[in-house]
Amino acid sequence: MTPFTYFRADDTAGALRTGAGADARYLGGGTNLVDLMREGIERPRTLVDVTAVSTEIEDDADGGLVIGAGVTNTALASDRRVRTRYPLVARAILAGASAQIRNMATVGGNLLQRTRCTYFYDEAAACNKRVPGSGCDAREGFNRIHAILGASSACVATHPSDLCIALAALDAEVTVVGPDGERRIAFADLHLLPGETPERETSVRQGELIVAVHLPAPPVGRSAYRKVRDRASYAFALVSVAAVLDVGEDRVVRDVRLALGGVAHKPWRATRAEAMLRGRFADEAAFAAAAAAELADAAPLRDNGFKIELARRTIAAVLYELAGEAA
Amino acid sequence: MMEFARTALRYVPDALLPGTRPKPVRGQHGHVGEPVSRIDGALKVGGAARFAAEVKLDGMLYAALVHSTIAKGRIASIETAAAEQAPGVALVMTHRNAPRMKAPKGMMDGGGVAGSSLPVMQDATVHWNGEAVALVLAETQEQADHAAALVRVAYDPAPALTDFSVARGKAKRPDSVLMEPAAVTIGDAEKALAKAPHRVDRRYTTPRHNHNAIELHAATVAWDGDTLILHDATQMLNGTAGTMAGVFGIQPEQVRVLSPFVGGGFGGKGLWTHQILAAAAARLAGRPVRIMLSREGVYRLVGGRTLTEQRVAIGADAEGRFTALIHEGVAAMTAHNNCPEQFTFPARHLYAAGSFRLEQTIAEMDMLANTFMRAPGESVGTFALECAIDELAETMAVDPIELRRRNEPERDPTSGNAFSSRHLTKAFDDGAARFGWDRRDPVPGRRREGEWRIGMGVATATYPYLRMPGNAARIRIDAHGHATVSTAGHEMGMGTATVQAQHAADRLGLPLDSVTFEYGDSALPAGAMAGGSQQTVATLAAVTAAAEALIKELLRIAGNDSPLAGLRLADVVAVDGGLAQAGDPTRHERYASILARAGRDAVEAEAKAPLPLEMLKYSMHSTGAQFAEVAVSDVTGEVRVRRLLGSFDCGRILNPKAAASQFRGGIIMGLGLALTEETLFDARTGRVMNPSLAEYHVPVHMDVPEIDVIWTDLPDPHAPMGARGIGEIGITGVGAAIANAVYNATGTRVRDLPITLDKLL
Amino acid sequence: MDLTVNGKPVSAEVDIRTSLLDLLREHLDLPGTKKGCNQGACGACTVLVDGVRINSCLALAVQYQGRSITTVEGLADGDTLHPLQAAFIEHDGFQCGYCTPGQLCSAVGMADELARGVPSYVTDVLAADTLSLTHDELRERMSGNLCRCGAHNGIVAAIAATYGADRPAVSA
Repeated sequence: MTPFTYFRADDTAGALRTGAGADARYLGGGTNLVDLMREGIERPRTLVDVTAVSTEIEDDADGGLVIGAGVTNTALASDRRVRTRYPLVARAILAGASAQIRNMATVGGNLLQRTRCTYFYDEAAACNKRVPGSGCDAREGFNRIHAILGASSACVATHPSDLCIALAALDAEVTVVGPDGERRIAFADLHLLPGETPERETSVRQGELIVAVHLPAPPVGRSAYRKVRDRASYAFALVSVAAVLDVGEDRVVRDVRLALGGVAHKPWRATRAEAMLRGRFADEAAFAAAAAAELADAAPLRDNGFKIELARRTIAAVLYELAGEAA
Repeated sequence: MMEFARTALRYVPDALLPGTRPKPVRGQHGHVGEPVSRIDGALKVGGAARFAAEVKLDGMLYAALVHSTIAKGRIASIETAAAEQAPGVALVMTHRNAPRMKAPKGMMDGGGVAGSSLPVMQDATVHWNGEAVALVLAETQEQADHAAALVRVAYDPAPALTDFSVARGKAKRPDSVLMEPAAVTIGDAEKALAKAPHRVDRRYTTPRHNHNAIELHAATVAWDGDTLILHDATQMLNGTAGTMAGVFGIQPEQVRVLSPFVGGGFGGKGLWTHQILAAAAARLAGRPVRIMLSREGVYRLVGGRTLTEQRVAIGADAEGRFTALIHEGVAAMTAHNNCPEQFTFPARHLYAAGSFRLEQTIAEMDMLANTFMRAPGESVGTFALECAIDELAETMAVDPIELRRRNEPERDPTSGNAFSSRHLTKAFDDGAARFGWDRRDPVPGRRREGEWRIGMGVATATYPYLRMPGNAARIRIDAHGHATVSTAGHEMGMGTATVQAQHAADRLGLPLDSVTFEYGDSALPAGAMAGGSQQTVATLAAVTAAAEALIKELLRIAGNDSPLAGLRLADVVAVDGGLAQAGDPTRHERYASILARAGRDAVEAEAKAPLPLEMLKYSMHSTGAQFAEVAVSDVTGEVRVRRLLGSFDCGRILNPKAAASQFRGGIIMGLGLALTEETLFDARTGRVMNPSLAEYHVPVHMDVPEIDVIWTDLPDPHAPMGARGIGEIGITGVGAAIANAVYNATGTRVRDLPITLDKLL
Repeated sequence: MDLTVNGKPVSAEVDIRTSLLDLLREHLDLPGTKKGCNQGACGACTVLVDGVRINSCLALAVQYQGRSITTVEGLADGDTLHPLQAAFIEHDGFQCGYCTPGQLCSAVGMADELARGVPSYVTDVLAADTLSLTHDELRERMSGNLCRCGAHNGIVAAIAATYGADRPAVSA
């Protein structure tokens, strides 16, 4: 690990004072950043510990919640308001990592996890994300865990967070504070597709600090988070589905929110499927058709073609179950 | 050679062959067979058991390694200045300044125990992707790790054979497979197969695996003049001492290896390059050295199980009796090790057949040497063989247990030797009854619970009995009548100290707390390697011999005033803290009394185990039946193992509590083999791409159901204490039992491990 | 830096890069806490910080200034084993013993989480006021602690015996 200077921030202003430098990084629970530093992939000269900053969950005037970025994953999943009004968020958090890691990890850090790819983690491999322009060894290598949607020739890595899939489905917003003041980022705009600059994973600028996540008032309908993975627990998603479904007494879909994990460089909001389903009769055929439409542009690599079928089936099954519960 | 010995010994009576008639405990009983809790339990649950990386030495430096990033070629340049100038750095060692060392002698045919016989850091040659090319010593681990990252290496790569699909085209038959012939041919199996009314002919593949003991490989090393002290995590104390001595040109007695606790081994805790490099660096630096590999470092420097490609073809007559049994295939290996993954061994002993063709070849690759991992050969060999039998049973519409029963051999089908003890049929019967095998629907895909399809599968487990020659034990009884039993044995979780103390207590007629079992130090009498599921029985044999020698000595010093006067070894039994005439408990004297009269502080005796000729005269194998019930999601293809049962015939069980854990441990590793485990070896670069416990999936608690284990507990008359080894059989057959259950659930036959969900969509 | 370890105040001067795990193992002579991956993937390094279980390998020691750490060495009450430690011996909840300290600390932390109402991925009703330690809950909540010897059944049995989970009977 490259030597660095450590500051512990007591508040946002203090964090920004030391965190604005080009070689500075904000440190939450450290569950991703410390590992990356040990691997030599991240080499900050300054670490600004922000675990004491923004640690509250507050009710928002619009009926939603404001979640401080320093709230731990466990605290968020345990919060009574979250468990009762946003079970999707709680379930997604609890699907991720282990209890120990959830006790350490913060909401802000969770949003900024680096993408998942074994070639990114190996200094011997070519990786456009680690060394821009060096190439991508994953494209022709082991890519069973890689992206099927929105990938580029430069990068096929996948976003690893579970929480973010739920937040994408719920139209959360993220507040960041930087040297130029505060701004809000719609969740869909927080994470980026790789394009030609896979080293850029989010729209948070250097020096900016995530201070809060805003959950709008809970959507009407039932929700579910289903994570499909290689072992029964403590593994990243091959595919995950966050869904909220509101079906009327006439069995017509009034509203649906659908986001996918494990399939792209960012949480994948399935807007195409949602659009197809709104106003449609909620039956198996409609769900299958919507899932198929969402995956229509999926581009398989050598090892990950199964994810297309897996995503289709999982989407359809989750929606079918939600529709069944609603009836 | 082995075959000749077997043939010759078949006609020699047991009485003339050492080892074939082991001595039972004749005196006091009561400890062996009891579920005694581990005697080192309090140390382990208290965090007080000190492992190799937890020995602290004055002036100790910490090591970090730089690994090659090419599979073959030469180091063109290596820049160490920045590392040398980094804070705290004491030494940067590369091939340019490493001491001259002989190549280590390799395991199996090299006369040593090294995982590979390649020289270590002696020139600019790179032999595999990940080989250590530099070692940094610093005052702290943080400083060493950072400095290692500052070493810059440039390479001249050479063409490397890292693609198995190419290497297999050049596969060749080795001279032998673990001292057995690489090919066994009886009759014309291909012809018999072609004529058989029922047959299967299938190809199965198994991937590379890594042991992934949770303890990282580590050593704490110090030189005292020309004597090397090596605190190691090892399964092979004496072999390590001897091999290290050869590397450094000193005598084996000048190397002392200490290893009281090993945090899991499974075949992986052997002699690899890190111990050699640490010792070399300690010599250069003139200070003690601690090396603890990173998890990635373990994948780069410690070999795992190799991949295999196997064909199993079985021909059967109308009644299901095998007329042909063919098991052949290829495994990857290097030119510098000898671990051919003996996957054809199960088929040599399990079933009667009219003809056999069993042959395995090796494909040499430029890679880190593969090595032995829990039930090498049998674990992956039973996957192929036992799936094929299930497939044949399916085509014949016969119950798979019944099909196996119809092919139960009377003698070893390929060697012709008598079985020493074999109750596989009973293991199947007991297991089937307890598991509820009769509830299995023979038609795949019919049993459902919601989106989950439920299936049951079964397979045979098998692992050979082994007892390596050359180990010894010493027993010392002190004036209080307390016995200390000493041998350079290993404790990596098998319960060695506990079980050996139980046996020694019975053997000497002592309460358990009057026995201390001393192990984990190469300075003790030569111990048995903790490999091949043989340490327990090999140690039992040595302790039995030592106990006899000790009793002889006790009778000698007892003198004419002792109630034992005039009695010989054959006349006495050990009971109640002393010796007594067999059949006359009134003629008894306690050890303390014997010693007191003789004016002795202690009496001790050391003896070697008898030669293991029982292995040559008899076909000695543990066997078992593995049962699995799985649920497979119709939506996602996820497999959940709901129930597992292992029913074993392993001779006598010495400690049911420790044994159950050994069986379950093997079964759980088999669960990983079946469903999740695969080391990803990039064919383009020869580099392992998932050197991490996050990306190599060993089973977690949520994957592991309650596992039922039962055993026949029928003693093997030709094994010490009637016991055969149990450390490895648990993993065998599990892959097939689960694969067969998945087929029964879904109708999809997956012949390529692991059975990940993508293969079931 | 100053912190409390197993009830005793300690101070140490450490490299800013030192993990809480290495602080314990290398500087405070408490090697009971184990290193199995150094990247948060195995749980062998689990300790309790103010009663909450974390992976000490991913924790920079400097972040834990002033906090109270409990390691496996601090579970027993003098010579009297913690009931969970005794249960691990009774139920053979380990073989090699290397993952054991992490399993123990993790289970102690888990019991506290359960009492505090922290749900898990397999909790049926997330909004429930009280949680029960079913077999599935126990296994899911302990899945952050790998065991390679395969002592899972014994570990689960020991935890269930100590913290009262309902579980199917299994033979020894």
